[in-house]
Amino acid sequence: MTVSVLAAGLCSSVQDLGRVGYGAIGVGRAGALDPDALSLANSLVGNPPGAAGLEITLAGPRLKFETDVAFALCGAPFDTRLDGRSLEAWRSHRALAGSVLEFSHARTGTRAWLAMAGGIDLPCVLGSRSTDLNARLGPLPRTLNAGDRLPVGAPSDRLPRDAPRWSLDPRPWFGTADASPLRLLPGRDLSRLEQQSLEVLCRQPFRISATSDRVALRLDGGPLRFRHSLECVSEPLVEGVVQLPPDGRPIILLGEHPVSGGYPCIGIIAAADHARLAQARPGAAVRFTLISATEARRLLEERRRARSELMAHVRRRLEHT
Amino acid sequence: MSWPQFDSLGECSLIVRWEQRIDQALNARVHALATAIAAAALPGIEEIVPGYASLLLSFDPASWGGLRADPHEALRARIEPLLQQAYPALSGEMLEIEVRYGGADGPDLVTLANTHGLDPHEFVARHCAPTYQVAMLGFAPGFPYLLGLDASLHSPRRSTPRVRVPAGSVAIGGSQTGIYPSELPGGWHLIGRTQIRLFDAARNPPCLLKPGDRVRFVPISGPAGAGSELDA
Repeated sequence: MTVSVLAAGLCSSVQDLGRVGYGAIGVGRAGALDPDALSLANSLVGNPPGAAGLEITLAGPRLKFETDVAFALCGAPFDTRLDGRSLEAWRSHRALAGSVLEFSHARTGTRAWLAMAGGIDLPCVLGSRSTDLNARLGPLPRTLNAGDRLPVGAPSDRLPRDAPRWSLDPRPWFGTADASPLRLLPGRDLSRLEQQSLEVLCRQPFRISATSDRVALRLDGGPLRFRHSLECVSEPLVEGVVQLPPDGRPIILLGEHPVSGGYPCIGIIAAADHARLAQARPGAAVRFTLISATEARRLLEERRRARSELMAHVRRRLEHT
Repeated sequence: MSWPQFDSLGECSLIVRWEQRIDQALNARVHALATAIAAAALPGIEEIVPGYASLLLSFDPASWGGLRADPHEALRARIEPLLQQAYPALSGEMLEIEVRYGGADGPDLVTLANTHGLDPHEFVARHCAPTYQVAMLGFAPGFPYLLGLDASLHSPRRSTPRVRVPAGSVAIGGSQTGIYPSELPGGWHLIGRTQIRLFDAARNPPCLLKPGDRVRFVPISGPAGAGSELDA
């Protein structure tokens, strides 16, 4: 099975759950910026959660399926058409050989994930099929181009022949809390901010800069200042870290962040809010609110439990369709 | 304040920090703990990432009492005894790396030498004199952070980073020197370039260098024009 790329879209790339365990040689995780959305799309077509799919961004691609295929879309709502017919997201669909799937622009949010039954079957590079665009790493170490042909594996034999007629509720996986502040855990250097900057951080909105990418969300606003200038020794970083470079405008690290760096760390976005980072749209305003580690752990546990319950539910329904 | 300190970095990572300075003995402690943790084969550990003076552990909280408990404390209690082990000096191999300094290969060499009041030849001689030690790989795949830069060559990073630094560029950033393994954005000063391939995902291991390895830079003259600024 093959899917052909007729038009590439703005920034479409092959992603799975990323590379784990290579940080010590400078290789980061990359992977889908919202792993839950990719996992749910995979579950809808009978794939394991970490099968490789396509991450599409703001303006999606036009794809041609060379054989019959089941597919599903989760994430931000795009105007999507299969052979001209409008399609619903958060559910599974069937396409016949020769069908063309066309994405327009994201109506809200930024990214969506397309899973195809069998998953994109490129060879793994360092344990993953993900594209790390910043490091130019992966079996396809770049964004999609028109003319690309992607191999798709064999679908699970548990996948029903007919498309299920039910869909998932996008909540709480997308769009529930767009206006609410991003929840922030205090970082090592938070207490070194000037008092006024601390107030600005927690009260005023910041704007997502157009220079944001899969490496980081760069924010306009503030600027925030430390009481004294800080000299940091480079140290390992994780997704969600909020760095403050000398220009005073915060940077939130995403999945393709450098494995280490030397800017001060004022906070870490709670893991339960990482999916919202993947959907932050250039020009949009974000706010922050500080929470405790205990609260962050509770939120993450709630989200993990909801995800595994939903995926078990999808598996059962597919088996009885 | 007693070192090292333990700090959480989000819900799923613990970071161990020593005194915040770039120092060979401290770096040896970081790698000793990394080795001890890897050898202990603790459950649910996803990443062990050494820094200069810090060590990051990413883990699945479900393996450390779950999110209701305090998984960072549980992991810390298991790691603290490992700090009592000896800190052997890092050992590694010795590698000579040929570098064409200046010209198109090192566009910042002359300016940087001038700001230090040094003749470019003298600057290169001081860069080639030490035997460096790889402290860590980070920033990008296979990027070696090297210990041992002559204090007279320390240089604050460029105020505006370059969008593209060519692969193989030998560079100075602050008190550090390193080599860009692939074309990347970067804010360090470029003083030369090597043809050596530092990272190849298809190779096993993918990185030419590992922490503890020693590196000497050997200046070579390139094809006509490449080293012209120095020869002038």
